Amino acid sequence: MEKHGGTTTAVTLGPPAAAEQLRNAIAMGIESGVLLESERADWDPQATAAALAPVLGEGRHDLLLFGNESADTGGYQVGVRVGHALGLPCVTGVKRIEVADGRATVRREQSGGWEILEVQLPAVVTVMEGINLPRYASLPGRLRAKKAELVRVEPEWHEGGLRKQRLSIPEEQGARVEVLGEGPAAAPRVVAMLKELGVT
Amino acid sequence: MILCLVEPGELSLEALAFAQRLGPVQAFSVDAGDAYAPRAWAAAIVQLVERYSAEAVVAAASARGQEAMAEAAARLDLPLAANSVSAEPGNPWRVVRQRWGGSLLEEATLEGRVKLLTVAQHVIEAAEPVPVEPFAPELSDADLAVRVVGREEPPPGTVSLTDARVVVGGGRGVGSAEGFDLLEELATLLGGAVGGSRVVTNLGWRVHADQVGQTGARIAPDLYIACGISGAIQHIVGCKGSKKILAINTDPNAPMIARSDYAVVGDLHEVLSAVIAELRG
Repeated sequence: MEKHGGTTTAVTLGPPAAAEQLRNAIAMGIESGVLLESERADWDPQATAAALAPVLGEGRHDLLLFGNESADTGGYQVGVRVGHALGLPCVTGVKRIEVADGRATVRREQSGGWEILEVQLPAVVTVMEGINLPRYASLPGRLRAKKAELVRVEPEWHEGGLRKQRLSIPEEQGARVEVLGEGPAAAPRVVAMLKELGVT
Repeated sequence: MILCLVEPGELSLEALAFAQRLGPVQAFSVDAGDAYAPRAWAAAIVQLVERYSAEAVVAAASARGQEAMAEAAARLDLPLAANSVSAEPGNPWRVVRQRWGGSLLEEATLEGRVKLLTVAQHVIEAAEPVPVEPFAPELSDADLAVRVVGREEPPPGTVSLTDARVVVGGGRGVGSAEGFDLLEELATLLGGAVGGSRVVTNLGWRVHADQVGQTGARIAPDLYIACGISGAIQHIVGCKGSKKILAINTDPNAPMIARSDYAVVGDLHEVLSAVIAELRG
């Protein structure tokens, strides 16, 4: 945005405490924030996308950026579903993005190299960690964020078809570590192990 | 009929094994021209679901599998269970899927006239290959609006993290960008690749593409040598597909050592220098 001009908005769906995430984004340079406020804990990917799409569709933005997947539930689909609902093309798993002449050229890792895709804007792009290193919020940024008026929207609820029943911790393999030694004296046993595994 | 999307590689054979547990399987690949187009793959899935009156569609939770299945799920207005590790047909289906990169499991019910699932990587033993039907979907211009227009190959001779038989990983204990020279040397001797924890990519000692972990590469080498890595759960998620793990750490109580097959307690620079000298013997 700072390179190309225009305006930016951060949008999130979550409990009232999620407002802090929006203020953090504003402190780092985003201009406005929209909170789809809900205390529900059962927002599955279909429900999340259905709630976000009408709000994002109003904005007539050129570029809708999503995370590729959430760290916790790992559904890998909200951005794709929003793109489909709004009739916008979507590229996922992106680690580099360049915008010029109404098109985005994006790169993503594929079998050891990079594959390059082009997409006409407006579009949805889902990005992965490594696309950049977020800056620290400046002091004026923090002050602006503190005073910013967030837009609060009550999201519509459309029940999806994947329902969590319970969570469990996967069984761990038991203690199995073989200590080969301490310090450089362990080198012969390390090399013997490498030979045994056939990797030398 | 269970449909299984097959793309080149081992991950698809894992997805195939998953599908075979659910019922009779028809394996298919997408024949939509030379340039990969995510929506063409989604169009193929949607059209094949109708043709076979499929009960379920299964694909590897690879970047492409995930992308195509998400788009197909959106088109069919159906739920998608990503990163599944097991499923049990019934009404509704019961699915176990990974959360937090596999450090937590979710048991869930999955509804809808067709069940769509992607299969978590490196969890299920690969099936024997079966005949694959290449399917050429009918495509609209919109299906081809996003497509691959080019590729950049790594420099010749580079071993990628995900393909390497040996990965030498470094963490905070490596101490500096230059500290990785020793790891590079060992990796070269073993024909392997060098990776790093999130700490070292955030510190700028390695580029992000070298990161092993939940938000980096998920590796599955024959041997992972973890040097000076404490073993945060996000890192374990990225390396637990390794067949064997050797941890080198000054702290015998580091979580990484508890998750390893072999351990050396000591300074990684001293240990690696000695191992390199022994190998050169």
